[in-house]
Amino acid sequence: MERLEPEVALGRSFEKVNAILEKHGYDSANLIAILQEIQEEYRYLPEEILTYVATALRVSPAYVYGVATFYAQFSLKPKGKHIIRVCDGTACHVKGSEKVLRAVREYLGLREGENTTPDLLFTVETVACIGACALAPVMAVDNEVFGPMDEERARQIIEEIEKRSEVS
Amino acid sequence: MRFATRSDLEEYIGSLKKQQQKQRVLVCMGTGCLAKGAEAVYRRFAEVLAREGLDVLLVLDREDVVEQHFALCPTGCMGICETGPRVRVEPHGIQYLRVRPEDVEEIVEETLKKGNIVYRLVQSEVLPDGRVQHWPLIKDDPFYRKQVRLVLRNCGTIDPENLDEYLARDGYLALARVLTEMTPEDVIGEIMKSGLRGRGGGGFPTGRKWQFARMVKADKKYVICNGDEGDPGAFMNRCLMEGDPHAVLEGLVIAGYAIGAQEGYIYVRAEYPLAVKRLRKAIQDAYQAGLLGENILGTGFRFDIRIKEGAGAFVCGEETALIASIEGKRGMPNPRPPYPAQKGLFGKPTVINNVETLANVPAIILHGAEWFRSFGTATSPGTKTFALTGKVKNTGLVEVPMGITLRELIFDVGGGIQNGKRFKAVQIGGPSGGCLPEAFLDLPVDYDSLCGAGAIMGSGGLVVLDEDTCIVEVARFFMSFTQSESCGKCVPCREGTKHMLNILQKIVDGKATLEDLALLEETALVVKDASLCGLGKTAPNPVLTTLRYFRDEYIDHVVHKVCPAQVCQAMREFWIDPEKCRACGKCARVCPVSCISGRPKVPYVIDQAKCIKCGSCFEACPFDAIVIKWRRKGNA
Repeated sequence: MERLEPEVALGRSFEKVNAILEKHGYDSANLIAILQEIQEEYRYLPEEILTYVATALRVSPAYVYGVATFYAQFSLKPKGKHIIRVCDGTACHVKGSEKVLRAVREYLGLREGENTTPDLLFTVETVACIGACALAPVMAVDNEVFGPMDEERARQIIEEIEKRSEVS
Repeated sequence: MRFATRSDLEEYIGSLKKQQQKQRVLVCMGTGCLAKGAEAVYRRFAEVLAREGLDVLLVLDREDVVEQHFALCPTGCMGICETGPRVRVEPHGIQYLRVRPEDVEEIVEETLKKGNIVYRLVQSEVLPDGRVQHWPLIKDDPFYRKQVRLVLRNCGTIDPENLDEYLARDGYLALARVLTEMTPEDVIGEIMKSGLRGRGGGGFPTGRKWQFARMVKADKKYVICNGDEGDPGAFMNRCLMEGDPHAVLEGLVIAGYAIGAQEGYIYVRAEYPLAVKRLRKAIQDAYQAGLLGENILGTGFRFDIRIKEGAGAFVCGEETALIASIEGKRGMPNPRPPYPAQKGLFGKPTVINNVETLANVPAIILHGAEWFRSFGTATSPGTKTFALTGKVKNTGLVEVPMGITLRELIFDVGGGIQNGKRFKAVQIGGPSGGCLPEAFLDLPVDYDSLCGAGAIMGSGGLVVLDEDTCIVEVARFFMSFTQSESCGKCVPCREGTKHMLNILQKIVDGKATLEDLALLEETALVVKDASLCGLGKTAPNPVLTTLRYFRDEYIDHVVHKVCPAQVCQAMREFWIDPEKCRACGKCARVCPVSCISGRPKVPYVIDQAKCIKCGSCFEACPFDAIVIKWRRKGNA
């Protein structure tokens, strides 16, 4: 799935947003689930869509923006195709997760403040706990958990995914 | 299969129990083992068993016994995740660790066909005298010996995606009894008598919570299962939801009946996709079986359960914040009173129970309050699950009776410290808990004892720290977590955690003074007293306990600029070995603060006063001439 430019995406699939809103009964109590599904669709929350959702749910754009910025899962910037989540929970932290994170960021050439590679293939995030502490330090790529990690294995895993992406 | 009445259900359970499976191969499919490749092992077993014709159901009509030779069963977490993928062969109780697909053939050939043990795959330990001790049977394994599995009774034993497996172990019988024999008051009475306390950390008596909600008159009430296990270092609830989802559902329905609610929510962290998947499957199956929805077991009672996925906010584990999140708002807490039991979700009386609390409920109803009280201590009956992690040998999911000592938990169940290192401290209760030193190893693990020592039970994260862990750095780590998770609604938590983090950062950077230390302590007390919700009230606990029990280590950092555990990078010194230095000048060129000087043919020198310990020179030097020395007390 390639990423769509927002304008193209918007023109094409407000229908998708409508379908999601419809499914949740235009109920603002389901706002989080609605945003989750929109993010699934676009890989981030485009601003125009947030405004659209607010109008459709009859709440203020500030309300929707407030929810979208409160939860760590939501992103207002485009995310990469693959999300690498390096766990920095307690167990992973004491077992050296910082080194893993550094190795991953270095390998992908991310500069300070950057989380997504320019080709939009990878986004690197830290997460407080994946809940696989017994394998610490762990790293998850999309929904697959890997552990225990070291710098070398982290690089191998990313390389593997890069190769797969080239093929497809 | 849809059960119209209680006797329908009982009859079906009876017939399930008659099906004897001669041998069962259990493959752990918890998150931990899946990450280690359990799926490939499971598939290989399926292939080999099919090829050998061992997966055939042999139905013998003799004495109404249905016989199945080998059953392959994917299960939830078995415990020691580190040694995954794990495979268990029942009824012998043989356990295999680190099983790879290529081992499957041998297990089938030796164990399933001949009943032999494949020793190279069993748990073993090299004794001090050099002999190797094997623990092929689960009942002998020291990891399991001191455990009592009430909550995890099915976890790792049944296929969580198969309702029949849960039913075969008396699943939903407690619900049937509640609906046909007991009034809601009876249920609350039984739970009160059992002394069950909230397993989410606070330890509030569950029966009383239910009673409050029962007494409030309202047209609608809700029960919520709190599965927002956000503590970094805790995964008990994940294992439970993944390994035995029906137990959680059954507990939730019983809670609903007790308080008079017809709707329940399960709030699960977004980070737990597998738990969500298995809960959804369980809910779907329960609806189909008539155990959820309208007219459950023909009693006229109706109950619906919905799943709400969180979106990544630690504070949502707090009751009022969780309610806000389910309502689709920013997950920020509200002042109490009114308590959720009076005015909760959508303004209606609401009971919120932790996953583990609810999973205890069916067992209490089935076996009675007296039975439950026979485990644990007088004020903390029952058991507690813990996620044992950190520098301990057996990392994984455990369940022990309350009142067990920390020593037993860490050294007997946990097998002691990894790599022969020394125990230093144990962090109980995650970022809201405390760090307890060696002197507390004989402390019994129950709500009141832990509270007295300045820690809390928390949801059950237990991170063991060894001598290589810097206590101050750990305190800084927890503070950076709570600081970033603070929702910002109340000032003490928003500003206080920020300032505490700044001071802690100064300490690990070697820039703090004794005044900073005093200010840190003062701020901690204010944040603890004045914050709105549990997050802020407990956020200073790691700092306060470490200051109490490891003050020397703080002093080392602040006064002597020494990190005894050799963790804090600022406490290092870089020196150039004049013997090895060839005066190439590379180090001087990369140094960002230009503190290295020298001339051709003369060894270069680092100005210690200016050095920022970035390590650039160390990496640049082609001759390994740069040495890192850790400062010690006295040579500073």
